[in-house]
Amino acid sequence: MDFRLSPEYEMVVRMVRDFGQKEVAPTIREADRRQEMAPHILPRMGELGILGICLPERYGGQGFDYVSLGLVCEELEAVDTTLRVVMSVHMGLNSMALLQWGTEEQRQAFLVPQAKGEKVAGFGLTEPGAGSDVAGMASTARRHGGDYVLNGEKMWISLATKAHHILWFARTNPDAADPHDGLSAFLLETDSPGVTSGDIHGKLGVRAGSTGWVNCQDVRVPTRNRIGEEGEGFRIAMSCLDNGRYTVAAGATGLIRACLDAGVRYAKDRHAFGRPIAGFQLIQQKLAVMVQSYEAARLLYLRAGEMKNAGLRNTRETSLAKWFATDASFAAASEAIQIHGAYGYSDEYDVERYLRNARGAMIYEGTSEIHQLMQAGYALGTRKDAALRCELPAYDPAIWRG
Amino acid sequence: MNIVVCVKQTPDTAASVTVEGGKVTWGDAPLVLNPWDEFAVEQALRTKEAHGGKVTAISLGPEGAREALKQALAMGCEEAILLSDPAYASADTLVVSAALAAALRKLEAVDLAFFGRQAVDSDTGVTAAQVARRLGWPSLTLVAAVVAVDPQARTIDVERMLEETRQQVRAPLPAVVSVVKEIGEPRYPSFMGIRKASKAEIPVWSAADMGFSVPAPALTWPAIIAPPKVDTTCEMITGDSPAAIAAALADRLIDEKVL
Repeated sequence: MDFRLSPEYEMVVRMVRDFGQKEVAPTIREADRRQEMAPHILPRMGELGILGICLPERYGGQGFDYVSLGLVCEELEAVDTTLRVVMSVHMGLNSMALLQWGTEEQRQAFLVPQAKGEKVAGFGLTEPGAGSDVAGMASTARRHGGDYVLNGEKMWISLATKAHHILWFARTNPDAADPHDGLSAFLLETDSPGVTSGDIHGKLGVRAGSTGWVNCQDVRVPTRNRIGEEGEGFRIAMSCLDNGRYTVAAGATGLIRACLDAGVRYAKDRHAFGRPIAGFQLIQQKLAVMVQSYEAARLLYLRAGEMKNAGLRNTRETSLAKWFATDASFAAASEAIQIHGAYGYSDEYDVERYLRNARGAMIYEGTSEIHQLMQAGYALGTRKDAALRCELPAYDPAIWRG
Repeated sequence: MNIVVCVKQTPDTAASVTVEGGKVTWGDAPLVLNPWDEFAVEQALRTKEAHGGKVTAISLGPEGAREALKQALAMGCEEAILLSDPAYASADTLVVSAALAAALRKLEAVDLAFFGRQAVDSDTGVTAAQVARRLGWPSLTLVAAVVAVDPQARTIDVERMLEETRQQVRAPLPAVVSVVKEIGEPRYPSFMGIRKASKAEIPVWSAADMGFSVPAPALTWPAIIAPPKVDTTCEMITGDSPAAIAAALADRLIDEKVL
């Protein structure tokens, strides 16, 4: 077992870190205040290949593995959560689902432009009245000739007003004995007639991003846009979460690191009682806990990434990584503010933004409570992962780089 | 065009320099491509993109300097060569410039050799000029812009950064060019470049490979003198009125011999 990163991983990390530091960090506080995503972010992430990092070259991607995706997410969220959110929805929840469940024709039509960054992708699962209770969704898709007609509204959708493609879940069979079996997935093109969307302002965090609602009113979607079989929607959605949660876990790890770096910097600089506050043991304790959280969170997500590379089912490991890292990032941000004292409570420093940004990730992609139920279920033997018709393909350099 | 960019691996600019046992050391600070050389790589790549040809990155250093060359490859250079030899252990710029000149001769038909203005560790800033002198090529230093390269007429036009102006200079090719940061922001390595760089076989040329006998260094570097440590203390000056505070402040400044 080799815990060192290869030089190739190191170069990826450095490249994404440079991008974040040079092109996002200088203006992020202002974008957060304005509650708007800076317009250059998505095109630059596309140009640089970040939006296609772990997809095979034959589909327009960069041919790197799933561990690279995690490392990229860690670097992005160390600058701002909104950057990592782009990867969660565009890559984790949408593009990787097309790789896993899409037909070759669907991959060519939808995945290739997404991998190249020409199209930005989102994920439409949550509704105004259905979050954790996925099978309780109200959106419908009914067959009409060779098409489906979509109706319904999705809420808290990342990149709601930016995405060209949304992986949209809707009920196709209202009579299914088990409502979980009545859902299906569709690749919705947001320029279709009847699609409207808007951003939500006034969120606690991730203010420099786009989060909003998307509404479908009698939107016709051809059958070729249905991802997977009819009735397979719930299983597809859950498999998407295995990948989305992975990016959230890796990102939250980066957020912990940002809290630690900010805490160390301030503790060395700020004097009280005639010496730097870094000399006080209660400050040191806060930093020590952040180190512990960072290292543990990193090992957890890297293990999940390695399992994805090997083609192993990782629902349990990814859930654990996501639960641990997001709770720990909120705690780290709170302690980073404590180290900064009153300054940490103002947006003169980054740590208050870290706290606001960390909070959302304890809710989306499985609340911390859902993850605790899952972990208890695995421990008690009451939860088992059934094999899927389509598993996420293992990383094979010969295929990815061929 | 046959373009060469000469780069150095240096400690990260955040590293602190100390002397241990008469040798300068950066401890275990991360080693990077000299930040000034990133600008040189950028200009070399732009020149290639404008006129065709290839860019070869050369570095003199130990085995570990491969990583700096990989960064240059990842940015888009086609080839890289490491100049490594135990005889370079205590090389000064006279030795380094002689070795680089030998490498440029061995490469044959080089049109342009780009350098960063200096290295962030040794800060001499003379290697480019020394290489030019050894080859008998024009030395264009502190270049802020490459205005034109004419491969047919075999000329290059550049703007050199002077104190309060820019000087336009034309020189025949081949030439040595050292660049300043005004040349333009270096690109990031591309993911495809990173893939290529991580697989690249980087040949090592020893002094003997270049038919080069290593001269003795003229300089040694036995110590550095750290700037005196500045202790700052904060003193609040209070008073009943702004005028009283100003008077008290003036008195303190006179006491401290600032005024």
